[in-house]
Amino acid sequence: MGTQTALSRVAIPWRRWVHPVAAWFRQHFGDTPLGSWLLGAAVATLLERLFGATIAYYLGLGSVPAIFGLSIVLKTPALIPSVLVFVLLMYLLPTLLVAKFTTPLFLRWEERLSTRVYVLLHVLFLFLILYFWSQVDPYRLLVLRLLGINILLTLSLNLVNGWMGEFSVSVAGFMSVGAYVSSVFMVWGFVNDDVFGPAFFPESLAPLAFPLSLVLAGAVTAVSALAVAIPSFRTRGDYLAIITLAYLFIVKSTFENLDFIGGPRGFMNQPEVASFTVVFVWVVLGIWVMHNFVTSTLGKATNAVRDNESAAEMMTVDTRRVKVVAFLTHAFWSGVAGGLYAHVIGYINPSSFDLRKSAEILGMLYLGGLNSVSGSILGPVLFMFLSEILRPFQLAKWLVIPVILIYAMVRRPRGLMGFQELRVPFLVRRRQAQEEARAHAVAGD
Amino acid sequence: MPLLEIKHLTHWFGGLRAVHDFNLKLEPGEIRGLIGPNGAGKTTVFNLVTGFYKPTEGRIIFMGKDITGKRPHEIARMGIGRTFQNLRLWTHLTALDNIKVAFYSQIRYGLVGAFFNTRARREEEERIDHEARNLMKMLGIDQYANWVVSGLPYGIQRKVEIARALATKPRLLLLDEPTAGMSPAEMRETMDFILFIREKFNLTIWLIEHKMKFVMGLCEWIQVLNFGETIAEGPPKEIQRHPEVIKAYLGEMVEL
Repeated sequence: MGTQTALSRVAIPWRRWVHPVAAWFRQHFGDTPLGSWLLGAAVATLLERLFGATIAYYLGLGSVPAIFGLSIVLKTPALIPSVLVFVLLMYLLPTLLVAKFTTPLFLRWEERLSTRVYVLLHVLFLFLILYFWSQVDPYRLLVLRLLGINILLTLSLNLVNGWMGEFSVSVAGFMSVGAYVSSVFMVWGFVNDDVFGPAFFPESLAPLAFPLSLVLAGAVTAVSALAVAIPSFRTRGDYLAIITLAYLFIVKSTFENLDFIGGPRGFMNQPEVASFTVVFVWVVLGIWVMHNFVTSTLGKATNAVRDNESAAEMMTVDTRRVKVVAFLTHAFWSGVAGGLYAHVIGYINPSSFDLRKSAEILGMLYLGGLNSVSGSILGPVLFMFLSEILRPFQLAKWLVIPVILIYAMVRRPRGLMGFQELRVPFLVRRRQAQEEARAHAVAGD
Repeated sequence: MPLLEIKHLTHWFGGLRAVHDFNLKLEPGEIRGLIGPNGAGKTTVFNLVTGFYKPTEGRIIFMGKDITGKRPHEIARMGIGRTFQNLRLWTHLTALDNIKVAFYSQIRYGLVGAFFNTRARREEEERIDHEARNLMKMLGIDQYANWVVSGLPYGIQRKVEIARALATKPRLLLLDEPTAGMSPAEMRETMDFILFIREKFNLTIWLIEHKMKFVMGLCEWIQVLNFGETIAEGPPKEIQRHPEVIKAYLGEMVEL
């Protein structure tokens, strides 16, 4: 205790600057709800879409800085002032202004709209932000879509590794099954291809059939996962890790040896149907469905199986069914994510779904935290953000990122959000939440 | 018709005979005690009845149906609830969630409801929440509803475990050492508590206990196990004076 106060009294120069800024911020934006911020950011990204290139040109940046200029700063430090001005002009100023002026509006909405509509409104703003932001630069578009896919993979893996307390490493295997199934379905049906011959249906129908192909991909993946699930769930512990590892290798060498889909050379010509909007809708759907599952009493039985399986059996829980459901849900959504991946990249080969891919998802999972939907979103976001901004370091990036991961594990061994959850209705209704907290405190006295 | 009937139950762990020729007829509404020194096979009998082990020989008949060899959750669904010797709560869940999950077999929505948050699911969740909170209120632990159970005091955890067992709507409740680690005052309280839940939920209770005072004060009929054999059976007064029982607990007098 003593050392801590002594440490905090040691002059930290930035404190003197941070305190007034924080006070100013609290005074002017203390009750600005989340919705206003999102709308502000949406306006900012729209402005960037419209004028970003011009402003970047006059600031001598060449093109719009891809990720808030963070990697530019690492590459050419001389551009730091320009980047700062750009960020200030393009992001900070519009966001702050719009947030300030729409605060009363949102506070009124907060009282009138039902939680469901209000949350949907936030999702819409989030979509607009990401949409405008992604339209500036094809690189951003690609990264955002891959991020969405990684969120789906991480969350679905969390069902098994977090909520159910088993250890699955076959996420890349599931992904590849989904990727191949949906690719074959789409190419065979909608593309004039050398291998599969002329299309059965006009290519204009492809976007409509794409959801169907994803559901099919998920379903086939889930059925193939049954082969893992049935023998492994009679026991507990490391067996699942070993069996899923075996699954990963079996799937990989199967695809390598199937010549009609290209074997090790891979498979391409996927139609361009996985636009940002499509990916966003599927990711939101996946998060919603899995969130529903884990918050239902039926889904909480997976937690019961993890914490004490024999007690779960004794309390009428059919543990075998619970395990199979959780595992197949994991497989289904990993398959869907694989289908999206194949169409985002437009090319797949067996070796893009190897153990390294699984390890990457596991890294995102454990960074974000087990047993947490918000952690499963935060993990991939941070992981990808780091790996994109550190690109200028090239290979050294893979020295820096693991060190950061280890540091995170030391500071928060359960992951950033392990066993915790951001409660969305409370996030979007700050004033109400604050009032409730105050009422609670008074009642407590 | 007896609620639970056990005929010639025998169980071997490899070469070790843990239970031998165990017989029982339990009438509805009874409080029955099962006592015996450490390692006598008491918990094994419970594990056999609840389906954790498959008996080597013998039949177990519950409410007229043969339940021998059924899986534990099926037996639990038929109406046998249980608490454990060492608490087996789901430690990462709140007290309320512990109780809600025990409603598993009574949930009236399926996977579609779980995944898509249908109206049926919302209504059902509300009903379960209401029932679970009611149960907690009845046992006087409702103020701990939102606590993660691993942070609760031991006595409260015991009550949560009993509430969880009650949530499965049992006809027969098996209590495995309900007073383990309790002080004499807490023990007396637990006695009243067990009588209270028997009355309230119309239960038949079968319990394992070490503390003689507790068993003697609560049970109408006691069975004594030693090395898997039933060595005595009868009302508490008789058991207390039974020479075999005294021998099993205290050892034999040796003439010097």
